[in-house]
Amino acid sequence: MNSSVIIFPGSNCDRDMDVALKKFGFNNQMIWHNDVDLPKSDLVVLPGGFSYGDYLRCGSIAAKSKIIESVINFINSGGLVLGICNGFQILIETGLLPGALLKNKYLEFICKNVFVKINKQKNNYFKSIKKDILKLHIAHNEGNYFCTQDEIKQIEDNNQIALCYSNEQGEIDEKYNPNGSLKNIAGIFNKKKNVLGMMPHPERMIDKYLSGDDGSIFFETLLNNIN
Amino acid sequence: MKISVVITLKKDVLDPQGQVIQKTLNGMGFSSVDAVRQGKFFDININETDKRKAYVKTEEICKKLLANLVIEDYKIIDNFNNS
Amino acid sequence: MIVNEKIAVDHGLKKSEFKEICNLLKRVPNLTELALFSAMWNEHCSYKSSKLHLKKLPTTGKKVIQGPGENAGIIDIGDDDAIVFKIESHNHPSFIEPYQGAATGVGGIMRDVFTMGARPIANLNSIHFGSTQHKKTKNLLRGVVQGIGGYGNCMGIPTVGGQTCFDESYNGNILVNAMTLGLVNKNKIFYSKAAGLNKPIIYVGSKTGRDGIHGASMASAIFDDQIEEKKPTVQVGDPFTEKLLLEACLELMADDSIIAIQDMGAAGLTSSSIEMASKGKLGIELNLNKVPCRELSMTPYEIMLSESQERMLIVLENGKEEKAKKIFDKWNLDFAVIGKTTSTKKIEIYFEKSKVADVPIELLTNKAPEYNRKWKKTKLPTKNKHNKNDYKNLKISDVLKKILSNPNICSKEWIWEQYDHTVMGDTIQRPGGDAGVVRVHGTSKAVAASVDSSADYCFSHPLTGGKQIVCESWRNMISVGAQPIAITNCLNFGNPEKEKNMSEFVECVEGIGEASKYLNYPVVSGNVSFYNETKNQGIKPTPSIGGVGLIKDYKKMISMGLKKVGNLILVIGKTEGHIDQSIFAREILNQKKGPPPEINLFNEKNNGETVLKLITDGFVKSAHDVSVGGILVALAKMSINGNKGINIKKPQNLVNYFEYFFGEDQGRYIIEVEKNDMDKIKYILEKNSVYFNEIGIIEEKNIALKDKLNITIDELIKSNKTWLTNYMSK
Repeated sequence: MNSSVIIFPGSNCDRDMDVALKKFGFNNQMIWHNDVDLPKSDLVVLPGGFSYGDYLRCGSIAAKSKIIESVINFINSGGLVLGICNGFQILIETGLLPGALLKNKYLEFICKNVFVKINKQKNNYFKSIKKDILKLHIAHNEGNYFCTQDEIKQIEDNNQIALCYSNEQGEIDEKYNPNGSLKNIAGIFNKKKNVLGMMPHPERMIDKYLSGDDGSIFFETLLNNIN
Repeated sequence: MKISVVITLKKDVLDPQGQVIQKTLNGMGFSSVDAVRQGKFFDININETDKRKAYVKTEEICKKLLANLVIEDYKIIDNFNNS
Repeated sequence: MIVNEKIAVDHGLKKSEFKEICNLLKRVPNLTELALFSAMWNEHCSYKSSKLHLKKLPTTGKKVIQGPGENAGIIDIGDDDAIVFKIESHNHPSFIEPYQGAATGVGGIMRDVFTMGARPIANLNSIHFGSTQHKKTKNLLRGVVQGIGGYGNCMGIPTVGGQTCFDESYNGNILVNAMTLGLVNKNKIFYSKAAGLNKPIIYVGSKTGRDGIHGASMASAIFDDQIEEKKPTVQVGDPFTEKLLLEACLELMADDSIIAIQDMGAAGLTSSSIEMASKGKLGIELNLNKVPCRELSMTPYEIMLSESQERMLIVLENGKEEKAKKIFDKWNLDFAVIGKTTSTKKIEIYFEKSKVADVPIELLTNKAPEYNRKWKKTKLPTKNKHNKNDYKNLKISDVLKKILSNPNICSKEWIWEQYDHTVMGDTIQRPGGDAGVVRVHGTSKAVAASVDSSADYCFSHPLTGGKQIVCESWRNMISVGAQPIAITNCLNFGNPEKEKNMSEFVECVEGIGEASKYLNYPVVSGNVSFYNETKNQGIKPTPSIGGVGLIKDYKKMISMGLKKVGNLILVIGKTEGHIDQSIFAREILNQKKGPPPEINLFNEKNNGETVLKLITDGFVKSAHDVSVGGILVALAKMSINGNKGINIKKPQNLVNYFEYFFGEDQGRYIIEVEKNDMDKIKYILEKNSVYFNEIGIIEEKNIALKDKLNITIDELIKSNKTWLTNYMSK
């Protein structure tokens, strides 16, 4: 399986994503934001970091990169795209995902482990995932998901909420919401469910010596589903 | 009464955000843009009918909170005429 | 403008220094030349008050590749891997503008590391604030933490450890010390020594503005009522540009284009160009019209003194300019050829076709003054006498809770959750433990690092305090299973022109040197920050030690959380019950006088090496060194971290419970071991003459000690983990 990770000026989780993808069997390439074309890929990843320093609005400037047009074409032809953290912010700024990501409710950067409840119905990311409550890791300042009343109705009707902050038992409650996100949303699909944007970093959870290894389940499932 | 305030970086202070925005605009085809400075805008509703008093209060607000006087300037923008 | 004595004094020079400059130059310097002297002869660049004493520090060793004198120190960790590291202060700017002061401090130290070819892999910091009751403390703390996080997180370097202290002596002068570690191939290290004639001098990075003009002189100025007017000199950092600069430099460093490279830090273009030329015993010619400027009409004076951030100076091989420019263009950074190396051994500066400065480099470096300031030995304070009545009304559980919630002991989670501590995917021990630990990417090794300081000990007896912090750093390495290798130090003191402060400095340095030599834990880099004083009120002597150690197999790293019910707890090292200068004496008995605990270097080394042997042999399941708060606080932290309790036995030879459990005797560790291994462990400890005591057994819940103490883990957590969050939310 081929994957491409796009590097923007200021991306800093690109190497971590490269390591994770290769560990789970992807044949991964790193693509520069200024390139026009994407190589043949089964998965395109927009990694975490601070593209353009988060200046103006997070992801706003990266969303204007040359490579984005190829990403849009890739998505329109049914390709799978994954945006992690800043990658999620970039997908939102391009309009490929609905809503907005605002500053965390308590106005502080937050780095810690969280539990998330996965939506494994009818999507290629989490279909047949062996565990639907994962311990993942967040590290962000602007992860507070927001959208209008109309947008949230459409999102819910179409089953586009991909993951929610929860406790270890999978209960979704305000108490377990680290950043004030609407309905504890930690990740969202697009309408066609071939684009996933999520705040948590699965690539930092692929080794029991690190913060944990539920991220391994994420990548294994993804690889199986693409296959 | 509504009074508006604009906070900008002081003249000599580096504005990394403004610089990146300017370069991006140039890249998008707006080549005639040669400088951008980013600031903040506040709309403040003050419970006050006397314009002069409102102005004085707003200035205090700017100095004490809204502007980091180390690196920022404030400008009260309103139709208020100081004469 | 004709330069005179008054102008020189306004620039931070002493009258005698100005006189010496005129003597050496054989004329009066012009304003631009005066600027060069004011920067290079400043305490920060010249180390004029400290040089004499710093020479006494041990700086070499089998694993030392580079000691002090370069941008950072370097140690060999095997397999051609080397770690580049240093700690630096950014105290005065952080007091004035906490966010930007702290941010640019972090930015500066990272540049010192990657300028040597090393990709930064971990950041740490030691930050000190005034009393928690002081009106400025909360805002300063908030600003500094946001600044450190804002810069470090954006750069994508994990912040894995640190120390935060509160004391009223920092009311007018906070301390922000930032440390960075980087990984480099030992055959691809870049130095700052210029070499070769007519080599192009290249400027890369951000444009030059009027930021921080007089920053180096501000670092050595005492804050007074005019502090507000100093404000415009604070620099603003741009971590995005620094990230680009990091990638661009590392890309250029992949081949042999670079002869020498140095970042532009304090005193910007002045210090970098002069130091590079000085090391290479060459001259340098600069054409300031070529310097990319952000502001219009900048004068040579301003360009030379500007402390605009995110800039580097490179001496390049001839013919590599095109190739290098391409790399910097790709990363959207300024690139300009601004001069060349010469044989004149002078710095010659041109602007608008005239020569505006012409000074022999030696006068700015080697001929800078070196002072032997007055100091005298500090007597060891007399020990306080205690008797049972002092503790009559105290309950162990209340004392424990009070200490656990003390601002200097409590959990700093509120702080380090604002730092990205897992980016780069190699952090195997996050902040909150004895040391932060990151894997050496792609290998089985890991590097441990911690920052430590003990201002109270240093204040009561500098010589002992100096020894103690090195020992504590050493113990922190051992406690995570790392072999201690070397240290970096940030020496924060008051005004060295006052005998008391100079005495503190000299003796702390002596203590650091003595311990560091004995433990074979040399000083490979460091920084001195003097003049931390406001309106005659100076800080307590606060040398910070950044220690680095190596874990050969990262899977064998040890953490402090208790692991298994039924396992035994041993205290390694003898407990005499020394409570003078302990947090128990200072906060509970309200006794501020007395000597710090004695340091026995033999025991430190012996105990540490033996504990490390036990760890590498696989006998230790968790470990924590005993430091501030004594045994009971250490046990409480292990309990909180592991979510398990302990049933404590009454210790042998107990004189007094409070002295035993809260005494801060040095050279001690707490380790968790399995019952079945006790025979083998005892054998090793006895063979090495290491004193130990089996103090308890791990239980499901509660820390209990007969009828003296029975406290739940929840109570411990409440005492320890909520204070800071509550304080900052009010």
